[in-house]
Amino acid sequence: MQPTFTSSRILLPVRPWFIYFSLFAAAVLNFLPTSHWPGIPDWVALTLCFWGIREPRRVGMGSAFFLGLLMDVADGSILGQHCFAYVLLAYGASALARRILWFPLLQQALHVLPLLLATQAIQAVMRLAVGADWPGIGYFVSPLSATLLWPLLTLVLLLPQYQPVEQNPDRPI
Amino acid sequence: MAGIDHAPPPFFKRGPAPLALLTFYIAISLAVFFVDLRMRSLDLLRQSLALVVDPVQRAAQAPGSLVDLAAGYLQGLQALQEENRELKHAKLNTAPDLQRLAQLESENERLRKLLAVKEREQAKGQVAQILYTARDPFSRKVIVDKGQQSQIIAGQPAIDEAGVVGQVTRVFPFSAEITLITDKDQAVPVQIVRNGQRSVVFGLGNGQLELRYMPANADVQEGDLLVTSGLDSIYLPGFPVAKVVHIERDSAYSFARIFCAPIAAVENFGELMILDPRQPLPPPPPESKGRGNSGEVVNVRSKKKR
Repeated sequence: MQPTFTSSRILLPVRPWFIYFSLFAAAVLNFLPTSHWPGIPDWVALTLCFWGIREPRRVGMGSAFFLGLLMDVADGSILGQHCFAYVLLAYGASALARRILWFPLLQQALHVLPLLLATQAIQAVMRLAVGADWPGIGYFVSPLSATLLWPLLTLVLLLPQYQPVEQNPDRPI
Repeated sequence: MAGIDHAPPPFFKRGPAPLALLTFYIAISLAVFFVDLRMRSLDLLRQSLALVVDPVQRAAQAPGSLVDLAAGYLQGLQALQEENRELKHAKLNTAPDLQRLAQLESENERLRKLLAVKEREQAKGQVAQILYTARDPFSRKVIVDKGQQSQIIAGQPAIDEAGVVGQVTRVFPFSAEITLITDKDQAVPVQIVRNGQRSVVFGLGNGQLELRYMPANADVQEGDLLVTSGLDSIYLPGFPVAKVVHIERDSAYSFARIFCAPIAAVENFGELMILDPRQPLPPPPPESKGRGNSGEVVNVRSKKKR
């Protein structure tokens, strides 16, 4: 696979353990006390969206549902709230997967923004509908910061798959 | 040509169609959401998942508490001495009351026996440390480090050194979730100290509380202290809850809007005390049986259901 479809660099295949590791690391980032600060992205949603786009066969709605359940328990929110939002996010990511990689990174980020905003908005609607408290506008800032992080995240999560640019000319393939 | 009406075998097995999967998972999510919201029968699933998530969450809090520890270490001797002196001073201030408390309690007990009134319940409990605030931005909850292992059950009230903080709403094996009194629609039955009028105070969700359903001409003044009335089987009577800060009396509405501020340091980190559950109240008199039937179920969770 290529970093983007227009690139001529070929990536190594992804290692499954790296996907699981990155999702676990995202969950730990979510558990940090920083997650109460305004504008800190929902790392799990962001990472899930990334792998949903890069590897839709490996990370799909099943993983999204399970991660959502874990986040619900960790948050102390109503079970099913994150599940619902993450499943829709994974579906949206897999629907975008074929198209989005034709674009440069900044335009990819623009594609991702509505997905992440919808993830937050769905959760807000679900909770407000059953009588919860308005979380404040800071809650909707985090998808924006997540979008800004998209190019950096792409670089970091694809790093283990890059090959050296200078190939050995004596190598058979 | 027998095979012409056959579809060719698929090259790649892709499982069910995405839309079918989406419908399936959405149906499960919504079912789980409403079952957890209305019936609360998924607590076993939540507890078992919490067993996995909780250690990771505690580990993730470690950097923050390390920073706190370092800050406390660097705070220095002088600040500690200052604090020590203040504490000694405060202790001396309360000494006259405290020293006679035991005598007063026994006297009170004797007098109550003379009057054939039921004895006052003793307030006992266990100290718990707040681990972290729940990440959910839609509610106000904290997680403490005592759980089923310490015989905590849902419904127990929690207080700090100033007043009522909240109520245990969910219990996990090694931790418990406390819903703060400032959580939206969290209800505490209270009594105004000045005139003994009883009411119920509700959380507003923005750090304030509201005394609802008081008539516009009710005898409430700014600065009134609200203490628990004990008219439930959860809170013992007499714990400070809130202070009235602002009253809006509009004759267009039949109720006054009375805003209160919590007395306990509700949204701060620290230690708090989880009080033991109260002894069950005597059964309601027979004429109110029709309404009192659901009393025991409601006790566990006094939060208003919509």
